[in-house]
Amino acid sequence: MIVCDFDVLRPEQGVAALRPDGSQVAVFLTAEGSVHALDNIDPFSGAAVLSRGIVGDRGGVPVVVSPVYKQAFELATGKCLDEPSVSVAVHQVRVRDGVVELT
Amino acid sequence: MTQTLVVVGNGMVGHRLVEILRDSSWRIVVFGEESRPAYDRVALSSYVDNWNFADLELPTLGGCELRLGEKAVSVDRARKVVVGASGVEVSYDALVLATGSVPFVPPVPGRDLPGCHVYRTVDDLDEIRATVEEASRPGRRSGMVLGGGLLGLEAANALRGMGVSPHVVELAPRLMPIQVDDGGAGLLKRLVEKLDLTVHTGTSASSIERDGSRLIAKLASGLELDLDVVVFSAGIRPRTDLDLGLELGPRGGYLVDAACRTADPHVFAIGECAAVEGVTYGLVAPGYSMAEVVADQLSGGARVFPGADVSTKLKLLGVDVASFGDAHAQTEGALEVVVNNAVAGTYSKLVVSDDARILLGGVLVGDASSYLSLRPLVGKEVPAALLQPGGAVDVEMPADAQVCSCLAVTKQTITDAIQSGVACDVAELKACTKAGTGCGSCVPMLKKLLTECGVEQSKALCEHFTYSRAELFEIIRATRVATFSALIEKHGTGRGCDICKPAVASILASLGNGHILGETQVSLQDTNDRFLANLQRNGTYSVVPRIPGGEITPEKLIVIGEVARDYGLYTKITGGQRIDLFGATVDQLPEIWRRLVDAGFESGHAYGKSLRTVKSCVGTTWCRYGVQDSVGLAIELELRYRGLRSPHKLKSAVSGCARECAEARGKDFGVIATENGWNLYVGGNGGFTPRHADLLVSDVDTEELIRVIDRFLMFYIRTADRLQRTSAWLEALDGGLDHLREVVVDDKLGICAELETAMESHVSDYADEWRGVLEDPEKLARFTSFVNAPGVPDPTISFRAERGQRVPVSLGIPEVVR
Repeated sequence: MIVCDFDVLRPEQGVAALRPDGSQVAVFLTAEGSVHALDNIDPFSGAAVLSRGIVGDRGGVPVVVSPVYKQAFELATGKCLDEPSVSVAVHQVRVRDGVVELT
Repeated sequence: MTQTLVVVGNGMVGHRLVEILRDSSWRIVVFGEESRPAYDRVALSSYVDNWNFADLELPTLGGCELRLGEKAVSVDRARKVVVGASGVEVSYDALVLATGSVPFVPPVPGRDLPGCHVYRTVDDLDEIRATVEEASRPGRRSGMVLGGGLLGLEAANALRGMGVSPHVVELAPRLMPIQVDDGGAGLLKRLVEKLDLTVHTGTSASSIERDGSRLIAKLASGLELDLDVVVFSAGIRPRTDLDLGLELGPRGGYLVDAACRTADPHVFAIGECAAVEGVTYGLVAPGYSMAEVVADQLSGGARVFPGADVSTKLKLLGVDVASFGDAHAQTEGALEVVVNNAVAGTYSKLVVSDDARILLGGVLVGDASSYLSLRPLVGKEVPAALLQPGGAVDVEMPADAQVCSCLAVTKQTITDAIQSGVACDVAELKACTKAGTGCGSCVPMLKKLLTECGVEQSKALCEHFTYSRAELFEIIRATRVATFSALIEKHGTGRGCDICKPAVASILASLGNGHILGETQVSLQDTNDRFLANLQRNGTYSVVPRIPGGEITPEKLIVIGEVARDYGLYTKITGGQRIDLFGATVDQLPEIWRRLVDAGFESGHAYGKSLRTVKSCVGTTWCRYGVQDSVGLAIELELRYRGLRSPHKLKSAVSGCARECAEARGKDFGVIATENGWNLYVGGNGGFTPRHADLLVSDVDTEELIRVIDRFLMFYIRTADRLQRTSAWLEALDGGLDHLREVVVDDKLGICAELETAMESHVSDYADEWRGVLEDPEKLARFTSFVNAPGVPDPTISFRAERGQRVPVSLGIPEVVR
């Protein structure tokens, strides 16, 4: 599924994409240029807002921080660093011919 | 069956007892003669600062029946019933007498003349004020205070605050004869006489006579004083006019045993009306201690009164005075070590045992900073260094030493709380040990103990910067670095986080770096700033247009109504006199702003760590009592400081008279109108830790007011920690309010011109942030829910109706396994 042109992404910012089944994916571009995709729903609030979180690092690990209650999620694994038993699903994402795609 | 406790007296000590017992199984009934709620009598002289009773009021206590304005007139101990002045009868299982004391008025002929007052209650001060205001003497008015003790000097200070030059008359050969020795009192006299006081010691008033509108007092020394007002503050006597047929102590007071119990096992007495094993106390700390004893007894305990530490440290007329232990060297063979520095204006005397090993007591005048370390050492071995001239006073305190003498908290209790991790800062220490919640003079010692226990909290902003926010502000200001990436590369590590990014974004905005959603800033902003609206629990946002001063035309009100209706926004009036519209999705925000901006609205910055509102009452325009145009000033202030990014949100209010309908003293900066101009209060807060704002300047005109607010805000923005409200900042500021005044009023640091320039550039560079998005297609493009499906509504957002409006359907939160 096509998300958007790669040019639309901005370093350390997220965008949300809607999938045909109605679910949502948050897609992030890190400062180093890698692209990550996580479920957009924040498991602590139930709101579809992870794409609007601040992207940064915790101890060098790239994370997005939920804008609702501020838990950090590892971009690469979806693991919540504040509540190790919680995580969000990671989606396969790639950039092909300047286009960001979920696979 | 519930047992009833009747407390007679609603002073500080009675209040303390109720505070301890209110959650117990006792039903509590309080008789209070004054119609006012309980208040802080220790701080009585500060009432003169702004005549605002609320400043003195003690916290209202739930869980008890308060019968204010109902004097208890008799007690029938056989029936165990208290009778009030209105005839009401209340049965008790336990009765606590906390009737306090009455002023002692020496039998001077003429003492009952109009213009003669006592100094004990808020009402007394109101009456003194009325006398002073009636006095029609041209120039400075003159008063006499009979009594040169602690209370007398307080009264003299109150008179000074009313513009009266006081004569202080003391029978003893020195001021404060109980606490201070001749040497200390000599210095004290010299220091207070610089403050427009005239001190007459070793004499008394032999008569007071009326002469037209004046009072003439003749002193035993032969001197005649020409006066407008006379205040008696020559001491207090236990108040025992409620006669229970119980034995009194040798110097008055209901005689009680060490458990504060009278000969009648159902009747107790505490505070100044009690003679504990025959001894009466005129300080609040022993009274609190008695309240605790009785509370413990009533809860089945066996505590007894431990005896009282009558040490005192106070600032009288700006002069530090402290006295502790055996201040007058009455112990047999006691030695004195005196350092009297007439040039520096300091006096210190330590009293030690005959072998110079044990500290027995001391007197400090002019500089009492060593009091906190010295007092706990009383009765303990004295470090030799202390006895050397200029000896260091920074000494290790023993574990059982009392740090807070008001609430009898030892160093051990405090260090235990710190080391067990229960308390990590002063606020937590106050909450869990109660230390520092009395007079507050031990707070510096609490900070010191925190540091000694290694709790000195790192000032590092987060893992990416070792600097504090204030330091980062100075770095950014000095180096003019304009991007986060340049800053972190040079002065930090890593990529940043949700702590440092918004903090730096705020600093950049405070220093004026264009729109906060500019290319290099947008990724730093927390979601509220990033979408210029307030995120709500279901992922939608709320929109608050600015309504300066809360003043709005019907036309504009209709526009808000139409926008709310058209977008189905839940509408609620805020506490800041504006209107919050809830439930907007990211896509809808620009459309909503467009309609609001077209109607003349702009962003209200409800989402920002920035100025929120300047609330106002209606002021002189409409109000019969208003003395200034509060609405006009509120609008001027709101328009001046709108959009100003700061360490935390800023709230303000302007009241048009002392009735304070705008609640300005609960704000970061609040203005209250006076007959002559404006009073400015700073550092107020509602919320989690309410705090009344402190008076910074009084009776200033609008121009001066704005100048001081400009400086205050910029100084705060430069020096506060991240998310530190002005109240916490002011509490933590070294030197407190006095220092703040030195910086922003007296310009002690010479930075005021700079602060004013910074504010000027904020004011001239201000632009509406909503309009900034609407006029920039690139910024506008970020307001889409889905990058691959612009305009498609977010399927997780749905609403239901409640009281005729749309509210979020609660989200099915996925099972979170913790």
